[in-house]
Amino acid sequence: MALLGLILFNIINGIAVLVLISIGLAVIYGMMRIINLAHGEFLMLGAYATVLSTNAGVNLWVSILIVSPIVVGLFGLLVERCIIRFLYGRLIDTMLATWGLSLFMIGGITTLFGTTVEGVSAPLGAFNIGPYHASLYSVFSIAVAAAMLGGVWSVLRFTKFGLIVRATMQNPPMAAALGVAPNRIYMLTFALGAALTGLAGGVLAPVAGVAPGMGAAYIAKAFITVIGGGAAIVTGSGLASALFGTIDQIVTFQTTPVIGQVALLIAAIIMIRILPQGITGRFFRRSL
Amino acid sequence: MSGTALLQASGVSKRFGGVTAVDTVDFSLAEGELRCLIGPNGAGKSTFFKLLTGQLAPSTGTIKFRGHDVTHAKTHEIARLGVGIKTQIPNVFNGLIVRENLYVSAIRINKPARARAIVDEVLARLALTDIADRLVGVLAHGQRQWVEIGAVLAQEPDLILLDEPAAGMTHEEVARTAQLIREINRTKALIVVEHDMQFIRMIAKQVTVFNQGRILVEDNVEHVLANQAVRDVYLGKRAA
Amino acid sequence: MSPLFTGRAGFALVIAAGVIVTIALPLIDGMFGLVQATVFIAMAVLALSLGFIWGFGGIMCFGQSAFFGLGGYAYAIAAIDFGGSSWAVLLAIAVPAAFAAMLGYFMFYGRISDAYMGVITLTVAVILYNVMNSTSGSQYHIGAAELGGFNGMPSVPPINLPGDPSAALSPLQFFILSMILLMAVYTGLRLLLASRFGRVLVAIRENETRAMLLGYDPRFYKLVAFAIGGGIAGLSGCLFTNWGGFISPTAFSLAQSAQIIIFVLLGGIGTLLGPIMGAVAIEYLITLTGTQHRFDANLILGVILLGFVLLVPQGVVPAIAAQLARVIPARRRAGASSQTVTAP
Repeated sequence: MALLGLILFNIINGIAVLVLISIGLAVIYGMMRIINLAHGEFLMLGAYATVLSTNAGVNLWVSILIVSPIVVGLFGLLVERCIIRFLYGRLIDTMLATWGLSLFMIGGITTLFGTTVEGVSAPLGAFNIGPYHASLYSVFSIAVAAAMLGGVWSVLRFTKFGLIVRATMQNPPMAAALGVAPNRIYMLTFALGAALTGLAGGVLAPVAGVAPGMGAAYIAKAFITVIGGGAAIVTGSGLASALFGTIDQIVTFQTTPVIGQVALLIAAIIMIRILPQGITGRFFRRSL
Repeated sequence: MSGTALLQASGVSKRFGGVTAVDTVDFSLAEGELRCLIGPNGAGKSTFFKLLTGQLAPSTGTIKFRGHDVTHAKTHEIARLGVGIKTQIPNVFNGLIVRENLYVSAIRINKPARARAIVDEVLARLALTDIADRLVGVLAHGQRQWVEIGAVLAQEPDLILLDEPAAGMTHEEVARTAQLIREINRTKALIVVEHDMQFIRMIAKQVTVFNQGRILVEDNVEHVLANQAVRDVYLGKRAA
Repeated sequence: MSPLFTGRAGFALVIAAGVIVTIALPLIDGMFGLVQATVFIAMAVLALSLGFIWGFGGIMCFGQSAFFGLGGYAYAIAAIDFGGSSWAVLLAIAVPAAFAAMLGYFMFYGRISDAYMGVITLTVAVILYNVMNSTSGSQYHIGAAELGGFNGMPSVPPINLPGDPSAALSPLQFFILSMILLMAVYTGLRLLLASRFGRVLVAIRENETRAMLLGYDPRFYKLVAFAIGGGIAGLSGCLFTNWGGFISPTAFSLAQSAQIIIFVLLGGIGTLLGPIMGAVAIEYLITLTGTQHRFDANLILGVILLGFVLLVPQGVVPAIAAQLARVIPARRRAGASSQTVTAP
């Protein structure tokens, strides 16, 4: 019974991690149809922001919840202004450019800080599920993931910004005719996606090996989740995270995390054969 | 009817969401027949062509070509059975030269030497020889249309569908196209979608009129052009 | 893309240049230079593999390193287990080709978009990277070959004369073999592109709908091209593993995949000679900067990739098309026949 509870907790945690690492990518993809290949490096930057500011004396929670999203959000803004905005409508070129950015960031961080950095340890300690220990910090990351999903959904559903964003994504010329500046919306959307990714990187920092190449450990899962989810941001990444998180954790429990990743990939590849547009391309089309 | 029909569409419908673009159409074409499809914009003619060539799957109904059920066949499978189509917007290989556009078409079932001979023959027949080595992407719209017709001919299909072959052509070119269609019809069946009534008069025997996804009238050309219902929905605007 | 390099005369010229390099380089360059040149050749073969599927098949593969790495590992494992290199070389081509065919089946028959294809192939490479990284320890072995995790597999037996495992090739012989294989792949691809298959493949790249309307199944043609590209990338991995006697998960890395893309972008999409040149140029540049140790190689690759995309403002592909349009009239004046697949 306790073992089942532990597995269940691990599954929920696995789902939460997928939500964390994919929601920023999903926001940018869902709203702008841009696949940011530097996504893993945005996560890495978020993790570095938390680690470096904590090491410089800032409170860990402040680093995670405030410093990381702001740093990466601003960086995203800069990237949008300097690179992305020249490439709208050229999907493949955007992917190549963000790929170049990803390499540039890995190389840049390596040049500045070397290949390793002194990490921060996970706070909060553990709690018991029967005879098993589970990390309280995982509960925190589950809460952050849930808050992210809820937050993005609320912004899209209830705010004027959300309405404008949805209108712009549906029909940019029409939105422009109504006095919306699509350029500004794209810029803010990209920055928002980057900030969410930065927050995720901050949350991961205490539990991940923070290094310039750490993005590679996450992007495969993030891409699979976003492609599997399809265009609807919240419903898509939520459902895909639930599906793939469950598969991942069950296989990981039976074997190793890497085999879990392989299982994810196989599931995703079979899925694109059946649902090329992702879950929300076929079902829940009108969801957010 | 079914014994002699080359193409037989029975009760074919296509719905897009709430819109019914093609509505329970029964259509039959005999071997060697030349049929014109007319009707106002949005009557469902191009959608019907897409259903016939497998680019869309019908919501209901069946389509048979030479007795083969091709209702849910893939586009390339239908093409292999002997259906060629010139689409409304020129669908050509822009990055290849004219000669190669035709060659790719002829090489599917022929050996290279035979394919080259077919290409030369079609080039000459369509008076494209002078521009045979030009990149198709840089040609004018009318010329690209000819290239597409050439590709369809080089494919040597038994049934040729032409979607607005005379669109954007000069008077002289229209006359030439009509002449060409009559010539092709000596050996092959054709279905031609056209708006130009002059052109229809030049080529048509049997005419099928589409309106709002349904077949309104099907008769010989004189009767159709004299039909009041047809005039109301379609001709009234142009040739009254 | 100059008229000089197209057509039969161009082909003869390229092969003649290859033969001259094969003969002259060992005479003028020292052993170190020759060994260096050999890895350039391995990379040139890799560049050809992507140049073919991307430039002529229109297939966006962002994870070509997957096949490169698989080829390298397949060779290393087979060479250790079988004790000779002939089967190992064949497996280094067959395993990635089969893997590409399998992956391609799901991608092409699922009809996913170019962008998704890029992401999926990239993801496959990343996951292979993660998998191979996790194989540290003696429990991960295939036959006698330990996979070695992130440390990779050292002391891989080199290619030997067929049937005689003790007769390992010398660096000079291996250089010559690599050159011959590069020229063979180049020639093979040119012949393939001039064949019915190649013409249909290019036609599909130009207009998939029209190709279908003519009776061709684009999924099948792309699948075959993708598998061929996978096999060639595998051959490159085999050469690379032989070159250092070593293969590690880095072969699957994103930086490796990006490098291949850069080879092709720099050299020119839609050509075969271009990617070869691009590979040699980039490898040379990396060798230069590598000896400085001031910058990380990623930094330089990133700048090149970014700069290339941003500074060719109308987009990479249209730029090439425009270039083509300029070249075609020149070729007409030169009396081009129906030999029009522009594969220098």
